[in-house]
Amino acid sequence: MREVAIVGAGMTRFGEIWESSLRDLFVEAAAGALSSAGADHVDHILVGNMSGGQFVGQEHLGPLMADHLGMAGVAAARVESACASGGMALNMGFMAVASGFVDTVLVAGVEKMTDGADVTNVLASAADQETEVYHGITFPGLYAMIARAHMAAHGTTEEDLAWVAVKNHKHGAMNPKAQFRSEVTVEQVLQSSMVAEPLRLLHCSPVSDGAAAVLLCPLDQARNYTDRPVKLIGSGVATDAMALADRKDPAFLAAVEKSSERAYKMAGVTPKDIQVAEVHDCFAIAEICCLEASGLVEKGQGAKAAASGETSLGGRIPVNTSGGLKSKGHPVGATGVAQAIEVFEQLRGESGERQVEGARIGLTQNMGGSGASSVVHIYQGV
Amino acid sequence: MPSPRYWREKANRFHLEAARCQGCGGVTFPARTICPACRGTEFETLYLSRKGKVVTSTVVHVGPNEFQMEAPYAMAVVETPEGGRLMVQVVDCEPSDVLPGLEVSLEFRLIRREGHGGILCYGHKGVPVG
Ligand SMILES: [Zn+2]
Repeated sequence: MREVAIVGAGMTRFGEIWESSLRDLFVEAAAGALSSAGADHVDHILVGNMSGGQFVGQEHLGPLMADHLGMAGVAAARVESACASGGMALNMGFMAVASGFVDTVLVAGVEKMTDGADVTNVLASAADQETEVYHGITFPGLYAMIARAHMAAHGTTEEDLAWVAVKNHKHGAMNPKAQFRSEVTVEQVLQSSMVAEPLRLLHCSPVSDGAAAVLLCPLDQARNYTDRPVKLIGSGVATDAMALADRKDPAFLAAVEKSSERAYKMAGVTPKDIQVAEVHDCFAIAEICCLEASGLVEKGQGAKAAASGETSLGGRIPVNTSGGLKSKGHPVGATGVAQAIEVFEQLRGESGERQVEGARIGLTQNMGGSGASSVVHIYQGV
Repeated sequence: MPSPRYWREKANRFHLEAARCQGCGGVTFPARTICPACRGTEFETLYLSRKGKVVTSTVVHVGPNEFQMEAPYAMAVVETPEGGRLMVQVVDCEPSDVLPGLEVSLEFRLIRREGHGGILCYGHKGVPVG
């Protein structure tokens, strides 16, 4: 297996971007990634996307995006795993280069959510239609049920949940690409409108448009593109029962644990070696559960990590320095790739006021549905 | 939701038909052809009792279009005495009272209307006991 590096990155700002279509968003991010690496061709394009079909009626994104990048003819396909589509595309790009099947892969993620689709219903299609959605549950509702189970098992409070949003907004306020560049207080979170008890509006990531792209190549070719490549040293994917009712402990995300273990094993590192991490905070409770399941904090200790400062910039393990899904925005298919870009920039020392000093090893964790799929990547500065 | 799709699910939605794995004894609801716990393929059909206990719950304030008229409404994962678990709406009570541990009976109710034809779709909802 060949060693693989990320050698270029590009992304749009995240937010309600009315002036850009699905394809415009993709082209901006993809062209940015190619030009940052000085690359004029690629062997393969992978487009992470949850639901172009439901959001804007557009499927078949592989050829569409290759065409609009001026690269019709190049191998291209869409990769889907709900909100983990971007991370899953990165995993597949990693495998394609590592195996020697191709040399250069453009891994992109894109979602256009604000063109008028019924977002609640589209997102719910990542849950079990026959046994969950039929009865009226929503996506925030599923995470609310996870939150209640976590509260019952570990004594987690609504204030603990609020602190996750406060921390991530504080980080996101410093990110020029973020949808919400403003800080919030615990009081504001606890007074925001109720979405699904105990989750309030400010516990939830927003509806966003955006795209992100990275260029992968074999490590031994990386110097053709950049003098600061970032090595991909681990990748793990796992699944869990689709429906919440089919998981023994609804407060525990088994797919996150398994995908993390696989990535740590491949990278030959432990959670203690991780110096910066982006985890899937689609809802505040998700960050808490993902930190525990990935081993970045001990089981049952996730709830206090944000309030104590442990996961803030300057803390023991800064988490979601980009602002996370909560503040940066969550264009679902783009999220996994945008997480990779945050860690790529951190390990290159390019994160400005969000920089984690001396960071050498970083991790991203991207999750689909209510936790039925999870993808973890581990990166090392070269 | 086209009619064949609704009709196909009647066994579990109308009768709570489940399956007990002959290999590991695990109960799956709705019934499947492969046991998710042990991959066994020999099953005995059983019908879940129309009662259970709330495992976890929420109160949905922002619902899907088809359910928004009912908001705020309680949803719960309920476990029956056989060990089958199902997602149901819990009604005829204060939604905020639906918390883990609550005992409910499972009653046959209207769940939603299908598409423009407005075909009535049924299933089970929880109602607190006592
Ligand atoms: Zn079995």
